[in-house]
Amino acid sequence: MDYQGIIAKYKDVPGGIIEAYHAVQKELSYLPEEVIVEAAKIFNMPVAEAYGVATFYSYLSVEPRGKNIIRICESAPCHIAGAAEVIAALERELGIIMGETTSDGKFTLEYTECVGQCQSTPVITINGKPYAGVSPAQIAAILAEYR
Amino acid sequence: MVNVTINGMNVSVPKGSTILQAAQRVGIHIPTLCYHPDQSIKANCRVCVCEVEGNRLLQAACSAPVFEGMVVRTNTPKVLEARKTIVELILANHPQDCLNCIRNGVCELQTLAEELIIRDNPFELMIRGYEKDTSTPSLFRDPDKCVLCRRCIEACSVVQSVNALGIEGRGNNAMVVPTLGKDLIDSPCVMCGQCIHACPVGAIGEIENIEQFLAAVADPETIVVTQIAPAVRVAIAEEIGMATGELPMDVFVNGLRQIGFDYVLHTNFTADLTILEEGNELLKRVKEGGTLPMFTSCSPGWINFCETFYPDLLDHLSTCKSPQQMFGALVKTYWAEKMNINPAKIFSVSIMPCVAKKFEADRPEMRDSGYKDVDIVLTTREIGRLFRQSGIDFSKLPPSNFDSWMGAYTGAAVIFGASGGVMEAALRTVYEVVTGNTLEDVNFTATRGFDGIKEATVDLNGLEVKVAIAHSLSNARKLMDQVRAGESPYHFIEVMACPGGCIGGGGQPITKRNQKRVERIEAIYLEDEGLPIRKSHENPEVKVLYDEFLHEPLGHKSHELLHTHYHDKKKKYL
Repeated sequence: MDYQGIIAKYKDVPGGIIEAYHAVQKELSYLPEEVIVEAAKIFNMPVAEAYGVATFYSYLSVEPRGKNIIRICESAPCHIAGAAEVIAALERELGIIMGETTSDGKFTLEYTECVGQCQSTPVITINGKPYAGVSPAQIAAILAEYR
Repeated sequence: MVNVTINGMNVSVPKGSTILQAAQRVGIHIPTLCYHPDQSIKANCRVCVCEVEGNRLLQAACSAPVFEGMVVRTNTPKVLEARKTIVELILANHPQDCLNCIRNGVCELQTLAEELIIRDNPFELMIRGYEKDTSTPSLFRDPDKCVLCRRCIEACSVVQSVNALGIEGRGNNAMVVPTLGKDLIDSPCVMCGQCIHACPVGAIGEIENIEQFLAAVADPETIVVTQIAPAVRVAIAEEIGMATGELPMDVFVNGLRQIGFDYVLHTNFTADLTILEEGNELLKRVKEGGTLPMFTSCSPGWINFCETFYPDLLDHLSTCKSPQQMFGALVKTYWAEKMNINPAKIFSVSIMPCVAKKFEADRPEMRDSGYKDVDIVLTTREIGRLFRQSGIDFSKLPPSNFDSWMGAYTGAAVIFGASGGVMEAALRTVYEVVTGNTLEDVNFTATRGFDGIKEATVDLNGLEVKVAIAHSLSNARKLMDQVRAGESPYHFIEVMACPGGCIGGGGQPITKRNQKRVERIEAIYLEDEGLPIRKSHENPEVKVLYDEFLHEPLGHKSHELLHTHYHDKKKKYL
C-alpha cells in the first residue's frame, strides 16, 4: 500500500500527522511501525514523538487489528442497560475476549467512551456505525452483516 | 516588581516570577518532584501545590505566576493533606524496594516521603509490571519506578537532541519508553546518561560493574590496575561528604589502594598522549589538505551521536582513540612489558565520569593489545559506593603517589575534564610545535566557560586556526549541520556530549543543577594552575613512552594501538 502517498497529502496541514494516521488506518486498520517512521520523516519530528502521537489517541492503534472494529460503550448509561451481557454475547459469538482480534483478522473488540446515543442503550459501533438498544439476542444477526 | 505575601512574609519579586521562586527568596522550601531548575516547567506532579487567597483550587507553585497583592500559604492543613495524598498516590504505583535501589539515599521521592511524613499509605500498592530494560552495557531502565515527570525526555530531546525517549499511551497507561516502545539499544540512545541525572528516582541508572571489580580484587592471581579520568577527582569529593574539589589527588590515590587496586595510574597520562597524537593529526590535516574541520574523539557519547546521526561526517572525527582506550591498549602492552607483568593477568579498570565509556570499552575494535583493553569501567558514583562500603575516612587517610610509567600528567590533561579543555590543551602544544616559541601565558580563556558554543582564532606564525567548542549534543548538532552544509569556518572542533564536559558526565554524582557543574569546572582550572607542568608535550613519562616504545606521533606503533575507526550505526529509527 502507498502509505507514503497518503501521509504526504497531509504534510502542510497543521497537526496533519493525526489526519494522516486516520487516513492510513482507514486502509490498514492500524498503524504499522513503518508508517510511524515515515510520518516522522514527513512531518519532520523524531520517531519517538510520532510514536507518542500514535499511542495517545484511543482511536489510533499501533497493534494489528481486524478489518471490522467493534466498540462497546463502557460509560454508565450503557453499563446500567446491560453492556456486560452484550459483551458476553460478542465474546461468545466471536470466540475472543475484549481487546483481541479474531484469527481470521475480521473482527476486533474494543471499548469506547460514550458515543452520544444514550437515548437507546446499550450501544455498540461497528466501523463507526452505531447500533443502539442492542440486546444479546441481536448480536448474531448484526455480525452476519460483516461476516 | 510585584509584592507578594507568603506565609505572612512580604517579598518583592520580578514580574513573571512563580510562587516557587518567590518562596525561595524568603527561604520557604516548597517540595517539588517534576520541577527541574534547568528545564521547562512541567507542572505534572502537583506536589508543590499551595493555597492562594481568592482561589478555590490549590495552585502549583512551580507554574503559577505571582501577581500584585497575592497572598500565598504553603503549609496549611489543606495543602499538607493534598501533598501527602499526591505522594501517596505516586507511591501506590512505586515498587517499595528502596533498600535495593541504586538511588537509595539520593532519591527525590524518598526525600519527599520523609518530608511529608508518609507512614501508612491508604492506597493499595499496584505495581505496573513493566520489564526492566538492560539492553545496553551503560544504562538500565526500570519503568515500574517511573513517576512520569518527563525530565528524562527533556534531557534527551532538548539538551541532547537525541530523542531516544518519548511517552507511550495516555493517562493511567502512559509510560516513558524508548523510540517505538523498543529496548533502549534499538533507539537512537547515545548512552550519555544525562537522563540519569534528570531522573528523580531509580527508573534509569547505570549498569554497575562493582561485582566484577570485587571478584578481580578477591583473586590473588589477578593484578588490578586502574586509570582515573581527569573529571573524577573534583566530583568524587561530593560522594564522600566533602565539598567539590576538596579531596586531594594523593589522598584519593590512597583511597583507591585501600579498596584493592594493585596499581593506580592515571588517564591524564594518556590525555597528554592524546594531545600529541591529535595535535599532530590536526597539523597533518591542515598541511596535507585532509578533511577539516577535525572533531575531537574523546567523548564516547559524542562518537555514538556522530555514528548515529552524522554517519556521512565520520571522516571528520580524529582517528585518535579516547584517552581511556589509549590507556587500555598501552597498559597491556607497553606498561606490562616495562613492569615485567604478564598482560593476561592484568585486570584493567577505568574510573570514569561517564556511562558511555562502559559501551566504549565493550566495542569489539577495542582489543588492540590482544586482550580486552579495558576490562571494566566504574563510574565516579560506583567508586563512591566502594569507598563507603569500605568505610574509609578520608580526613585521616595519608597521601600516596601514583605508580610509575603511566601515572605522570600535566595541567593540560587535567582540563580535559571541562568543556574547552581538550582544545586549550591542544593549543598549548600545537602553538609551541608550530611556532617553536615558548608560550608565555598558557591560559586560552576564550575556550573556557559554560556557553554552549565557544569559538576562538589562534595565530600560529601567520596560520590562522579557527576553533569551536560545543558541549551538550544539541549544541554539537548546530556545528554539525554547519559542516554538513559546507559552511563551517573552523579547522578544529571540540565536542563533549555532556553539559559542561566530562565534569557533568552521566557517571558523576547525581547533579540536577548546572550550577554544580560550574563549580566543578572551577575546581578543574584550579588544579591545572597548581601544577608545575601544564603542557602535554612536557610530560616526562610521555617522553619516555615515545623514546622507548612509540618513537613518534602518528607512527606505526601509534596507529596500531592508539588510533581507531568509526562505523555508521545504521539506526532504523531516529
